[in-house]
Amino acid sequence: MSANLQQQTMAASQAQRHSRFGMRNQRLLQRMIVYVLLVGLSIIFILPFMWMVSTSLKNSEDVFTYPPSFFPTTFLWQNYPRGWTILPFNTFLVNSLVVTFANVIGNLISCSLVAFGFARLRARGRNILFLALLATLMIPREVTIVPRFLLFSQMGLVNTLWPLILPAWFGYAFFIFLLRQFFMTIPTELDDAARIDGASSLRIFFEIILPLSKPALATVAIFAFIGNWSNLLDPLIYIRSQDLYTLALGLNLFRGQNFTQFNLLMAVSIITLIPVLTVFFLSQRLFVQGVTLTGMGGR
Amino acid sequence: MAIRQQHIEQATTRPVGKPKLGKLARREEREFYLFISLWIIGFIAFDAGPILASFVIGFTNWSMMTPPSWTGLQNYQRLISDPLFYTAMWNSLYFGVGSVGLGLIVSFLLALLLNQKVLGISVFRTIFYLPSVVSGIAVAILWIMILHQDFGLINSVLSWFGIQGPGWLVQPQWAKPALILMSLWGAGGSMVIYLAGLQSVPQHLYEAASIDGAGPWMKFWNVTVPMMSPVIFYNLIVGFIASLQGFVLVLIMTNGGPANATLMFGLYIYRVAFQFFQMGYASALAWVLLLVIMIITALQFLGAKYWVFYEGETAR
Repeated sequence: MSANLQQQTMAASQAQRHSRFGMRNQRLLQRMIVYVLLVGLSIIFILPFMWMVSTSLKNSEDVFTYPPSFFPTTFLWQNYPRGWTILPFNTFLVNSLVVTFANVIGNLISCSLVAFGFARLRARGRNILFLALLATLMIPREVTIVPRFLLFSQMGLVNTLWPLILPAWFGYAFFIFLLRQFFMTIPTELDDAARIDGASSLRIFFEIILPLSKPALATVAIFAFIGNWSNLLDPLIYIRSQDLYTLALGLNLFRGQNFTQFNLLMAVSIITLIPVLTVFFLSQRLFVQGVTLTGMGGR
Repeated sequence: MAIRQQHIEQATTRPVGKPKLGKLARREEREFYLFISLWIIGFIAFDAGPILASFVIGFTNWSMMTPPSWTGLQNYQRLISDPLFYTAMWNSLYFGVGSVGLGLIVSFLLALLLNQKVLGISVFRTIFYLPSVVSGIAVAILWIMILHQDFGLINSVLSWFGIQGPGWLVQPQWAKPALILMSLWGAGGSMVIYLAGLQSVPQHLYEAASIDGAGPWMKFWNVTVPMMSPVIFYNLIVGFIASLQGFVLVLIMTNGGPANATLMFGLYIYRVAFQFFQMGYASALAWVLLLVIMIITALQFLGAKYWVFYEGETAR
């Protein structure tokens, strides 16, 4: 009886050892497949960037050799300054900086105020207004594009930078939602204690909520920065004179004039991407945080 | 969640009848509207107002040079017999279904790969995520180059295998697939969302499935997919709306060509409004787009009943 049992357990443990060995092998194989896939896909995803850099360093003949070579035969670093000075890109850069920072600041101020209201203050109609806020995320831009243009042309603001800046100062639903979600995670006990001490809502907002929300505010700032930096549609509609062109608009003009000079086009394109890439690499953690907080991508 | 509960408790335990507290509540209400006042102004000026305005403008003929004239349903009649309207709608739906569908598959697979516990995850995540961060005209120019028939990256890679690639952006039948391919490069954006979702699937569900003898495939279909279905659903809706709207890249890359193969609905509205200066017709088109988006979103919500699983439902 007991021998039988022993035999049984031995057989079982042997089978287990056997399957464990198989499992380890299987896991190793699985891991290898995962790595091969990850590396392969990474190369595919990174290749366009490499191509961009390599093209920007080629001379005009190399761009149009057939079949195209992946590596440039020359390293023409002067393509960068050359492209940059064909059009007044310095002016465009200044305009882009003005518009982008005005948007970032406007969004930070307006969206955090509104988000505080939705997160912390009780009022009749709050839920309906919050639904209306979320609904604005679903409205296609094309529906409002014409009336908005009419509004700004009535105000005499067409061909100024104002139409690109003003809307940001009146809140943006996605950022309001993001900040509200974050504010909701801050314990209300902090507010209550401050209120008992006689603090006003404005003071609670400035002295409790904002200091505790730096990561969320930074996330909003980054999303606003990147979204505005590459915005082409609004400048295309509102800006006429070249001295008000943003970088995106200037690059579009440059493309129209030099559409065969891919090396220069790539060089200038890369320059315009540098701020975005820098911000991205400095603050990747915040990006991911913003995405997971709202369940939405940054655009 | 706990916080929200607390809110409700506070709201319900507060004695409303007493005048002193009522005054406090009223003050809080006033403060609420003060805090959100900026958004209310923006909502009226930039969202609600324009939507109503474009509805009204849709019934007029207006070039902006002369005062608008009321034309009733004429714009909508024109729309029904406008072949470009159907072309643009078809193109947008084609692109929307293609890019969202394939985008879902690619980003979900990437997320599944990254969810394996392997070394260097953050490096791979950065690489996959990066393309979705850079956008706009620089990317459009880059892809014009990549998709170039003779000197482009894709066709030169294909030529290594002896395949002669098509003229992606100059042949009508290849232009939309080319744009979909390009959109897949940005799949890292939703990948991050899926990855966060995958990481929050409770581990005990997988353990329970293992005990019941489920293999990896069974676990994927019976645990991962149901648990992720709300996230997938959300991404489908948002992605589809976004894909129906985006047209700036197309404007730069093909300007609707070749032979209107990439004339997206948004691009058509933009063209009618800001190149032909027919504000009335553009507004009518925009309202039709709004209706289409609402219908598709409603259908997605109806369909969701059959495949989206919400955890709270089984708890009851």
